[in-house]
Order: sequence, then C-alpha cells, then structure tokens
Amino acid sequence: MKGLKIIVLAKQVPDTRNVGKDAMKADGTVNRGALAAVFNPEDLNALEQALRLKEKYAGSTITMLTMGPGRAAELIREGLYHGIDNGILISDRKFAGSDTLATSYTLALAIKKLDFDVILAGRQAIDGDTAQVGPQVAEKLNIPQITYAEEIIEYKGKQIIVKRRLEKGIEIVSSSLPVLITVHSSAQACRPRNSKLFMKYKHAKTIVEVQDSSEDYIQLQKDRPYLTIQEISCRDLNPEDKYLGLTGSPTKVKKIENVVFKAKESKVLTSDNKDIESMMKELLANHTIG
Amino acid sequence: MNNIFVYCEIEDGIIADVSLELLTKGKSLSEELGCKLEAIVIGNNLKGIEKQIFPYGVDVLHIADDKRLYPFLTLPHAAIVINVFRKEKPQIALFGATSIGRDLAPRIASALKSGLTADCTNLVIGDHTENKTNTEYKNLLYQIRPAFGGNIIATIINPENKPQMATVREGVMKKEIFSKKYTGDIVNINVAEILSDSDFVVKIIERHIEKSKLNLKSANIIIAGGYGMGSKENFKALYNLAEVIGGEVGGSRAAVDSGFTEHERQIGQTGLTVRPKLYIACGISGQIQHRAGMAESAMIISINNDKNAPINEIADYVIIGDVMDIIPKMIKYYKENTK
Ligand SMILES: Cc1cc2nc3c(=O)[nH]c(=O)nc-3n(C[C@H](O)[C@H](O)[C@H](O)COP(=O)(O)OP(=O)(O)OC[C@H]3O[C@@H](n4cnc5c(N)ncnc54)[C@H](O)[C@@H]3O)c2cc1C
Ligand SMILES: Nc1ncnc2c1ncn2[C@@H]1O[C@H](COP(=O)(O)O)[C@@H](O)[C@H]1O
Repeated sequence: MKGLKIIVLAKQVPDTRNVGKDAMKADGTVNRGALAAVFNPEDLNALEQALRLKEKYAGSTITMLTMGPGRAAELIREGLYHGIDNGILISDRKFAGSDTLATSYTLALAIKKLDFDVILAGRQAIDGDTAQVGPQVAEKLNIPQITYAEEIIEYKGKQIIVKRRLEKGIEIVSSSLPVLITVHSSAQACRPRNSKLFMKYKHAKTIVEVQDSSEDYIQLQKDRPYLTIQEISCRDLNPEDKYLGLTGSPTKVKKIENVVFKAKESKVLTSDNKDIESMMKELLANHTIG
Repeated sequence: MNNIFVYCEIEDGIIADVSLELLTKGKSLSEELGCKLEAIVIGNNLKGIEKQIFPYGVDVLHIADDKRLYPFLTLPHAAIVINVFRKEKPQIALFGATSIGRDLAPRIASALKSGLTADCTNLVIGDHTENKTNTEYKNLLYQIRPAFGGNIIATIINPENKPQMATVREGVMKKEIFSKKYTGDIVNINVAEILSDSDFVVKIIERHIEKSKLNLKSANIIIAGGYGMGSKENFKALYNLAEVIGGEVGGSRAAVDSGFTEHERQIGQTGLTVRPKLYIACGISGQIQHRAGMAESAMIISINNDKNAPINEIADYVIIGDVMDIIPKMIKYYKENTK
C-alpha cells in the first residue's frame, strides 16, 4: 500500500474556555484582544488521529490547512512540532467575516488543489460551537462524511472503519475513500510536541513573516526550504467573489447582548435547624414538594 | 409555498421529543406568519406515523419510507430533504441540535447555499433594515443563541437566503399538542427516484444505542450538585435527598469533569436544559453556562457557603452554609413534617 494522503483542517480560536472579566467590552461586544488565541481543542484530537494513521500506514503524509489571519501561521508551526509534513495558511483580507458557508467554500477550493484520501476536522470550534464547517466542506467536495469520530479503527480493503460517539451510544461505520471525518473530544488526546521537531521547525515562517525578519532569517529560509510555510491567497483559488467572506455569508449578526438573568428577591437563610425546618414547612405547604 | 418545515427524527418508530418541540414552535411561528407547517419524516416502516405528528398542527407531512433509510445515514437523508426543499422552497427549516440534526443540517445548508444557525435557544419573528443599502426585510426569523462560550447572546438573521435554517437543542422549547383531532395531508416521497447507490457508500457495521433510563427533563424536582460537593462520595447525600423528596440528581460541568457524576446528568449550555418545579443547586456557583440550562425553573434553592455566588441572584431561597451539613437536615425535617 502506498499510504494515505491525509488533510487536517485546524482553526485558531479565541480561548472561550477561559474568559476573564475584561473579555467583554462595555458595549457588550467581545474584546477579542483579551482572549488568548489557541489551537481549537477538537482539532488537536483530529491531528492525533492523523498522526496515528500516518504511523500505521507507511508512506502516509499529513497536510494541515488553516484559514485565518497571518498570525494563524503559529498553528502551522504547532502542527509541524507534532509531526505534520506540510502546512498551508489560507489567508486573505477578502476572507474576513466568513460564516461557516463561506469558510467551507474557501477551504474546499483550497482542498481541490490537493490530492487527498482522508480529510480530518474537529467536530466543532469553540468560538462558535457550530460543528458545521466539516459537513459543509464534505458537501462542497461531494464526498461522504463521518461525524463525531472517537476512533479510526483501521483502513482495510479500501474501506475505512470508524467508531462514532453519538449522544446516546456508539456506531461503527465503514466508508470508501475519499471521506471527511470530524473528530470528537472523546477521541485520544493529542500527543505532546516532539522536541526534535520543535528544534527543526521553530524558525518555520510564511513569506510574509520572513519579510519582517532580519537578514539572517531570510538567509536561513533560503538554505532550508522546509522552513517556508506555504501561504495561499484569494488569487491562487480563482473563487467567485460572491461566495467569499462577508458577502458570501448568508448569516448576519443582528444584535449582540450580554447575558442577563432576572434577579430574584431571595430569602436568605442560615444552616440553623429552625431556618431549614421553616423552609421545608413552606415548601410542603405550597406543594412544591410532598 | 414558503412554509415552515421541521425535520422529524425517529428512533424505534417513535418521533423524538426534540422534533415534537420544534413542531410546537413551528406551529406558533406559522400562525404568526400566516403560512403552513410541514414536516418531513424519513425512515423504515412508517405506517401510522402521522398519528404522532398531525396533533402538533402539521398541515402537510412528507414521508420517505424505505428499508434503507433506517437507521439514519447522512447522504440518503440529505438527498431527500434537499430534493423536497428545492421543490417546496421553505422559508424556514428547523432541525434538532442532536447527533443527527447537527450532522444533516449543515450538509443541506451547504447544498442550498443557505444560512444555518446552530444551537438556537429562541426563535422569534422580526423585521430588519439593512442600513447600508436601506433595504427593509419583513418577517425574518431571528435565531437567538449563546455565543463565545455562552458569555453573550447573539441574534442571527439570514436576510437574503432561504430557507432560514436553525438547529435547536432538546428541552429548550416546550412540547404541546395543538389539537388531538388535527389532521393534514400526506405526501409520499418517491424514494427510488431520488436515491442512487453512491448515497450508500457509508455503511453501519454496528450500532449500540442505549435508551437513557434517566429522565431529568421531565423530573419535577432536580437536586443538582457542583464542584462544591467535594467528592463522588458526598454526591450520595444528593441521591438520598432525591429519594426522600422524589427527585432526580443533576450536576454542573465542573462536577461532571471531576467525575462526581455522569455526563448524562450535566445541566447547562452544553448539557440539558431543564425547567422543573424545584431546582436545588448544591455547591454550584452558577456561572452563565450553568444558569443557561436551569434559570427557568419555577423555584430555585441555592445551598452555598459563599453568599456572593452568582446562582444566589436567581434563587428564591439562599441557604448559606455547608451542603453536607444542610442536606441531612432537609431530609430530617421533610420526614418529620410529612408523617
Ligand atoms: C463553552 C462552555 C460551556 C459550558 N457549559 C456548561 C454546562 O453546560 N453546564 C455547566 O454546569 N457548566 C458549563 N460550563 C462551565 C461553567 O462555566 C462553570 O465552570 C461550571 O458551571 C462551574 O461548576 P460549579 O459551579 O459546580 O463549580 P465552581 O464554580 O467551582 O463552584 C463551586 C461552588 O461551590 C461552593 N462550595 C464549595 N464548597 C462548598 C460547601 N462545602 N458547601 C456549600 N457550597 C460549597 C463554592 O462557594 C462555589 O460557589 C461551560 C463553560 C464553557 C466555557
Ligand atoms: N478557518 C478554518 N480553517 C481551518 N479549518 C477550519 C476553519 N474553520 C473551521 N474549521 C474546521 O471545521 C471544524 C468545525 O468548525 P465550526 O463549524 O466552526 O465549529 C473545526 O474543528 C476545524 O477542523
């Protein structure tokens, strides 16, 4: 067997799990600057599945794609430290404001330029929790999808066998290739960075990043071509503009509000016997309990 | 034309609660918009299925009945729904935010190039003016959902593209029969005409679906424990109280993550949405994401040793103290006063 050509879709997201007090601006909008940018957690699960496939099936390669602003190159470096062969940053001002439909349109155009057997994505990204981009990319490429994968069991006889984690149970399914698989957080956690790869790739940069660097850096990149992170912009994809970015996004945010819960007038009690007893009596009397 | 469509999920011949909740919501939206409510059900052996659906006020029921269509597979179900939507051009299409709905709806939205909003907590009809172009849109679907980890509530609209699509989590909307005698028309979908072999490249080899024994959603009393319970051992006190006063036990995410209780008992934005008669929050701070799943409870008791815990703001009774001290007392006084 000649190995699998694997694509991983990964996104850099604001860390909504650790939202501090300054995360919200006074006007109720999100202060993105105050949130750290991280590797979307379930994309790390997807990356781990890719690395396992690569280990199991000799000759396999992993290409990671990310669409985002220039600083998302950081994500590609992180991928290189973990063992991807190649990373591509898809970046252009015209992509700004993409909702899931415009994102999947752009990602699918980039993927069409590549050769692939398996596409791995996270189930969902923690900035929007939508879980839509995976299935939408699959639809745009006209390939089947397997969502919520907990484990890719094996690839045998031209079929890939996957265990899915559903709300109320599990399912084991098979599919021919090519296929897009979204990976669930219950899948194996991603291995740590490999320190040798870290040393090898810590100076990997996109052309744009190198432009802002010193002469030494530019020379280093010339000597070691593997340090250049490929960047794709709008021109490279020949898109129809009407499907890109804000214009290509049917969903619009009409309004954003802070979450407010109606405060109630509460009775404050102590743990003294008489307080608890009188509360229990009240609850019984008004038939809340009993 | 331009009606509201609900995709109905089915498991073992029973329409899922979340779909019935969507039909209930769909009915009220359709009355407001003056259009019809239509439903799609796709499966195997669906004879008589309309009896479960029409009472929710469905005017037209589309049925695709074929032995290859159960259990759920993405491609054939997507092909059928896309086919129906291309013909019928719904203005609104609703799906459960379930393993099935969140797999299926994005695929359909992509094919139809329409907008889709995931995990809505409310759906409302409203107008919109686009300031840049000064265009007025009447009667759009406001799709309201938490965003950014639940810290904000966003209202999403799709002014231009139809259908306006949304998924909604189970338990968020109420389920209510519209009229027991209501009936509508049945349209049988010609499945063979739509499907091809390539829709069946994914095959199910094995399937284990466990029926949940737990019914937190319909419990009148929920006793929920948080990280403040301290241990799995201490959670037993909650089961004791639940047994005595007749309730179910739930938990916060921190309690679930710490292994104090099972995942299926998690209440909140990423867990269940509940609205019992009585919610007793024990050692739960009440972060936004937790309150999102229980704030609608008719009565709330908070037991917490911190008088400033956010949960206290929405509680009817706030008991300041140690849960492990208070729960036995509640059991004791309940027993003494019900003899
Ligand atoms: C995207 C996202 C989704 C989330 N979804 C959910 C969700 O669905 N459900 C959910 O619950 N959370 C969710 N969370 C997590 C949520 O933000 C909180 O972290 C979580 O609810 C905290 O749980 P807790 O109140 O049990 O723990 P803590 O916040 O640690 O609170 C413990 C409380 O116990 C009290 N306490 C301690 N000891 C005692 C004692 N001996 N007696 C009495 N009181 C005591 C403390 O004063 C404190 O108030 C989500 C977060 C994110 C970012
Ligand atoms: N901008 C992006 N670049 C690369 N992959 C993405 C991007 N947005 C989403 N994805 C992939 O799609 C998955 C689902 O994202 P979402 O639909 O936003 O929840 C993520 O876990 C990623 O694998």
